[in-house]
Amino acid sequence: MAEKLVGKASEFHDGDRRIVFVGDKEIGVFRDKGNFYAYSNTCLHQAGPACEGLIIAKVEERLRPDKTSAGMYFSDTETHFVCPWHGYEYDLKTGEFVGDRKQKLRSYQIVQKGDDIYVVA
Amino acid sequence: MDLVSDRGRRVSVDELNTSQLLAHARKEANRRKLDDILIVDVDAHHYENEHMDEIVPFMENDVFRQLSSSGRARGNLLPQVIGYQDMGGRVTRYPLRPSEKTDHKIRDVQLGHRWMDAMSVDYSCLFPTGMLSIGSHPQKEMEFELCWAYNRWLTEKVLPESDSRFFSMLCLPISDAEGALRTVEKFGGCKGVTGFMITTVRNLPVHDNSLMKTYRAIEERGLSLAFHSGVSWGENMFKGCNRFISVHALGFSFYNILHCTNWVINGMGERFPKLPVMWVEAGLAWIPFLMQRLDHEYMLRTSECPLLKKKPSDYMRDMYYSTQPMEVQDMGALETTFRMINAETQLLYSSDYPHWDFDLPTVITDLPFLSEKAKHNILGGTAARLFKLPPRNDAQRANLKKYGNLVA
Repeated sequence: MAEKLVGKASEFHDGDRRIVFVGDKEIGVFRDKGNFYAYSNTCLHQAGPACEGLIIAKVEERLRPDKTSAGMYFSDTETHFVCPWHGYEYDLKTGEFVGDRKQKLRSYQIVQKGDDIYVVA
Repeated sequence: MDLVSDRGRRVSVDELNTSQLLAHARKEANRRKLDDILIVDVDAHHYENEHMDEIVPFMENDVFRQLSSSGRARGNLLPQVIGYQDMGGRVTRYPLRPSEKTDHKIRDVQLGHRWMDAMSVDYSCLFPTGMLSIGSHPQKEMEFELCWAYNRWLTEKVLPESDSRFFSMLCLPISDAEGALRTVEKFGGCKGVTGFMITTVRNLPVHDNSLMKTYRAIEERGLSLAFHSGVSWGENMFKGCNRFISVHALGFSFYNILHCTNWVINGMGERFPKLPVMWVEAGLAWIPFLMQRLDHEYMLRTSECPLLKKKPSDYMRDMYYSTQPMEVQDMGALETTFRMINAETQLLYSSDYPHWDFDLPTVITDLPFLSEKAKHNILGGTAARLFKLPPRNDAQRANLKKYGNLVA
């Protein structure tokens, strides 16, 4: 397993994303709420660039106690990234495909050394 | 470029370049050596509604042309379709489309070649986007004028610039039966025209007597007839749906089910036995349902279908179907569907690119239950025979010959 430099943590802001290449692997590295996450950039659906699209909060529908719908809202806690080809949506914290959480993208370890961020692949 | 995300937050993404966006498709195509297989996409699209300035001058009637020529009118010529195809920008090529740079004299040709090259598609049947709703236009004269103008623009300006890699089945304005016949007579012999297409978002019965001359004219010319489905949230039965996913899932299937039922029950297969008929962009899951349903009723109410000499499903097996959007979640059901429609000879690959639910050719190459012959036929061999398309390299020639599909 090799360590590949992603960049400086101080230059990598919340909401940023970078694509790094390690051999023939493409890896998407995200920063969200101070944490780093790294996943395979190959969508589980039709191999699209899963990590290169929109980053957006999960959409939730809230129900009242009487089971009537109170409408749709953006989640305050769960963020998704979306494959730009077809809209396959993944949980940023886990890499799970949110349409079927048994399926998930391959994740990669992130190592921080000083201000340098590395992905291990 | 920035895209708007939740609560107005902006997310930076790369500018759109179709070749770059589809780089993974090219990688998958290389891995599977897809360039060795002739691949024909029988349903791809362009956004002709972004070129109305070029299309409107081809309108035949002076008054309608003048009426359509003002800047304000050009954006309102087609029935408006409510929908969220881009999923709020999640499918980034929609909001980013204007940003893509081209240098070809016909922008849509260059965009088309980019996605075709990425997917290893050799030929594409080019269909419009906005014009798919033309069947719900309240003015039959305008349906004719817009179809006529679009067909002229496409055959005179676009197809000739495509290095013969685009072909089309042209829009047929069937609300105007005389106009539909004139359309076949005018354009039936044009280069790159392999048939005609009826948009199925419409209520007009496709078995109406007024249309028989048109169907005969298409059959006599050895051309094909396609029914291209669509979506309309304004349809009464869909007004109760509160989400676009519901309208889209049902609508595309519904309109093809409606018109295919009328086509079959009224014996059109007996009237025009040599007319290849193709049902486009409704997926495949609706077909086994309709076969079972019509066969069941036919056994009980045969007297209502006096023209039929065999079961409805047998007529449906005589027709062709495009693959996309191929429902793959239940592989057993899909395999049954392939068996029921004789997919090896009746199914044709389609991408629907650049629309949001496009399919790559790998949806066919990766199916576990298909023979190599079936894969080659579906990806392009059957279309090569139907539309007389030649191979583009020696490996394709050898494969077409191997599977009996080399005709041009």
